[in-house]
Amino acid sequence: MAEAGKILSPPAGRQKERPNQRLSVIGTRMLRKEDPRFLIGRGHFIDDIELPNMAHAAALRSPHAHARIKSIDAKAARALPGVICIMTGEDAAKETGPLPCFANPPVEQRCLALGKVRHVGEPVALVVADSRYIAEDAAALIQVEYELLPAVSDMMEAINSRGDAVLHPERGPDNVAEHRNYTFGPVEQEFAAATHVVKRRLRWSRSGGQPLETAGAVASYDEGSGKFTIHVNGSMYNYIGFTIATALKIPSHQVNIVPADAGGSFGSKLFLHKVSVLASLGARASGRPVKYIEDRIDNITASDNHGSDRIYDVELALDANHRMTALRYKVVDDYGAYFQYGLGTHGNGFSQTVGPYRIRAVGAEIYAVFTNKCQQGACRGFGSEVTNFMIERIVDAAVEQLNLDPIAFRRDNFIQPDEFPYQIPTGNLYDSGNYPGALDMALQMLGYEAWRDKQQAARAQGRYVGIGIASCQEKGVFSATEFWMLNRSPGFALTSSPESASVKIDPTGKAVISLHAPCWGNSPETVAAMVLAEQLTMDPADISVTYSDTDHGLPGTGPGGSRYTVMVTGAVTGAAAIIKEKLTRVAGHMLEADPRDLEFRGGKVGVKGAPGLEASIAEIAMQAHFFRLSLPDDPALTSGLDANYTYDHPLATLPRGDGDFGIFYPIMGHMCHMPVVEVDIETGQVSFLDYVAVHDCGTMINPMTVDGHVRGGTAQGIGTALLEEFRYDKSGQLLNTSFTDYLLPRVGNLPPQVRIGHLVTPSPYTEYGVKGAGEGGRMVAPPAVISAIEDALRPLGVRIDTVPVTPSRLRALIREAQARGGR
Amino acid sequence: MEDIEINVIVNGRTFKRRVEPRLLLTDFIRHGIGLTGTHVGCENGVCGACTVLLDGLATRACCTLAVQADGRRIETVESLGRLNNLAPLQRAFWEMHGLQCGYCTPGMLMLMTELLRENPNPDRDTIRARLNDNICRCTGYEDIVNSVERAVELMRTETAGR
Repeated sequence: MAEAGKILSPPAGRQKERPNQRLSVIGTRMLRKEDPRFLIGRGHFIDDIELPNMAHAAALRSPHAHARIKSIDAKAARALPGVICIMTGEDAAKETGPLPCFANPPVEQRCLALGKVRHVGEPVALVVADSRYIAEDAAALIQVEYELLPAVSDMMEAINSRGDAVLHPERGPDNVAEHRNYTFGPVEQEFAAATHVVKRRLRWSRSGGQPLETAGAVASYDEGSGKFTIHVNGSMYNYIGFTIATALKIPSHQVNIVPADAGGSFGSKLFLHKVSVLASLGARASGRPVKYIEDRIDNITASDNHGSDRIYDVELALDANHRMTALRYKVVDDYGAYFQYGLGTHGNGFSQTVGPYRIRAVGAEIYAVFTNKCQQGACRGFGSEVTNFMIERIVDAAVEQLNLDPIAFRRDNFIQPDEFPYQIPTGNLYDSGNYPGALDMALQMLGYEAWRDKQQAARAQGRYVGIGIASCQEKGVFSATEFWMLNRSPGFALTSSPESASVKIDPTGKAVISLHAPCWGNSPETVAAMVLAEQLTMDPADISVTYSDTDHGLPGTGPGGSRYTVMVTGAVTGAAAIIKEKLTRVAGHMLEADPRDLEFRGGKVGVKGAPGLEASIAEIAMQAHFFRLSLPDDPALTSGLDANYTYDHPLATLPRGDGDFGIFYPIMGHMCHMPVVEVDIETGQVSFLDYVAVHDCGTMINPMTVDGHVRGGTAQGIGTALLEEFRYDKSGQLLNTSFTDYLLPRVGNLPPQVRIGHLVTPSPYTEYGVKGAGEGGRMVAPPAVISAIEDALRPLGVRIDTVPVTPSRLRALIREAQARGGR
Repeated sequence: MEDIEINVIVNGRTFKRRVEPRLLLTDFIRHGIGLTGTHVGCENGVCGACTVLLDGLATRACCTLAVQADGRRIETVESLGRLNNLAPLQRAFWEMHGLQCGYCTPGMLMLMTELLRENPNPDRDTIRARLNDNICRCTGYEDIVNSVERAVELMRTETAGR
């Protein structure tokens, strides 16, 4: 069992580049390397790829939530001119195995439904044709006879499903995918000793990343070599790409996966197994390259990446001094029809399950259930954004119930800056932090007291103005243990989550960095170029960045879990050290100086204290590439100037059982958001009067792109809080399958300005002290906004336990409150 | 239905093609004539990633048939500046971090091109009102508004410099 508190003998780190150095590139608002190609319309997105003789695929989607496939008649479809081939689930099962799954035992999902469909939108057949238009025409001609099965839409009912309503009967007699109990620390004792217990039931509804670009793949099959080339806009191909080969029943070296620019992901393109296998299946069958791009309905109904969908019953124990002592919750999570990441999204939440507070014990009872819906995947936060919502909502509930000051209560319960590294009850470690500092910065930036005065004045005029607050963690840099640590039996218990960089300096002194994971709309090229430029004192303009396919790839786990900037920085720093070593040796020879007397300055290597006695990187590179016989016969001085470096997780340990998961997510960012909203009680419309967002992600490589993540994530979090919800009816029909009715935030839904404050508490474990920031504002905006709305409606006594609180939902809550006698 | 011959002027060049009557303008632009800068997001006119200018008016190419463009003038993102000679609007998006993944960007640029032609000096509210037509999932829009304001400045300087 892990005991909460400061760790007296902190684990040794591997940090080489200390924080707070004098830096010339890192920390600047350098314009992004990625932008020019996007600005001129020359990105390389998946649908931009055209291969000679390419055919197009479309999927026939299931119209039913749950049904047996009795028969499929594709005769008329096959007869349509331009149709090349049509494959059903049975055809696909002859050539492909189940899709990859992290749960153990795995839940079988096929690229095309085999025997049964389990959600609306599930692919039933794949049509390959000369054009997408013909493929869709043909799909409409396929006759499928279904035998309807009872559909399960309500997650509470799913717990007691029996018989034909059970989605995966081979796993047991009901729709409970997992039911686990976890106890971290003395939960029972703390609750027994508590002076106050605060309870809430909370509802976090299903939403999704919904990037503007859907998922897709272009696959070709070379009959001569038996090898597939798969272009795909997913990630993790240099990590677990081989599992796509497994699904195709071929050896892994017979697949080369080539990345594309992704038009956003937000987690939803973490690992695109289905589109990759479908396109490959079509390519092998048709003998032509095949493009399969989800349309928007495919993406909404069958992306395999809906977000968390939870009902919490949560309790918070407090002592007589209003110190939070223990947290206990029962959560039911509607995972949909499959279970690709197992309970991963709950394990992720265990990384920061006490928030920024000194809570000593945590109890968690988790029901994961199957329903006839698109399965869950990743959605910016991977479950921890929901944990944050749960914690901050119960904190606000305590404030309300015990009539406390929301600021002082938080402040009094914070883990203090001198208590790091701090171990939380689950065993995870918070590497560093300054939570009171972030709170103070937010208060000061907002002009909190002045807003309280304005709020009073507004209330006097009958206006409903509220100030919200949320102080949340942003865990960064997952360790691979989180993929399996909640499995009953671990299965494939991997512990590596590396990231690599390859650096090559050409004979003219220009550098190319190869990354081993894709561009997802984050700024990997900018980050990699800035770190290398810092290391080698080069001009970033002399550095270009490219992306390795799997044939040339080194281990790379890719963006996700607010890890990529930390990991790329580590990888480039490591590769740069190798390059610097060689540059120094060659320069030592050229300058007839002891390498220990040399330094890097302005793109040159020179003798310390001897201005002018130096050689440029270009001169040294030329020497290293082409003049072997002028150099000593030293095996380290082989021709060329290049380096590969693989950076492993900076600080992780193995789980020590179900009560102590060890260190698995330690690079801990923090944020404090304070929105000011006004609610129109007649329409339920929420508008923003102000918004302050303080973030602490340690040392920033590029504050401009950090700001981008804060603002973009905040917008997404506001969408989660106010607008976004996949609504399934009782029969499992998804009611909003387009952006007409699945509402993404527009500029008019958002604050005119999000005022950003940066606090910098560097990590003692990562290079330069960088922490993650990619999940950004979505980790905190939902509880902050709900807190503000509740504050605005305090005169009416409105309590909000459900997100999204759409205008109609909010209007209903206001009416209820008015009926109860609130003003 | 038989293919129909159309003549469409795209970025100043006339393209004569025989197309299916049902061919979407997005597919014509992207795959028919290879200008892949125009993107497809929602496929039903909500997000605006496909925005092009049709006879100068911002238009959802995903909800327009190619045959409707017969004899008309289309401007796409490729008509703006090029790599080493970005237009002020593109330059401003770069400077102000008005894009992240870059997928909505061509539509945003064309929408704002239309606005700036109508009104070379829009205030923030005017920019926001027009921006409400399109969806960006990455930026939260604020940096796009800042970009357009910056473009106004850059264009003013450019005009003054002439």
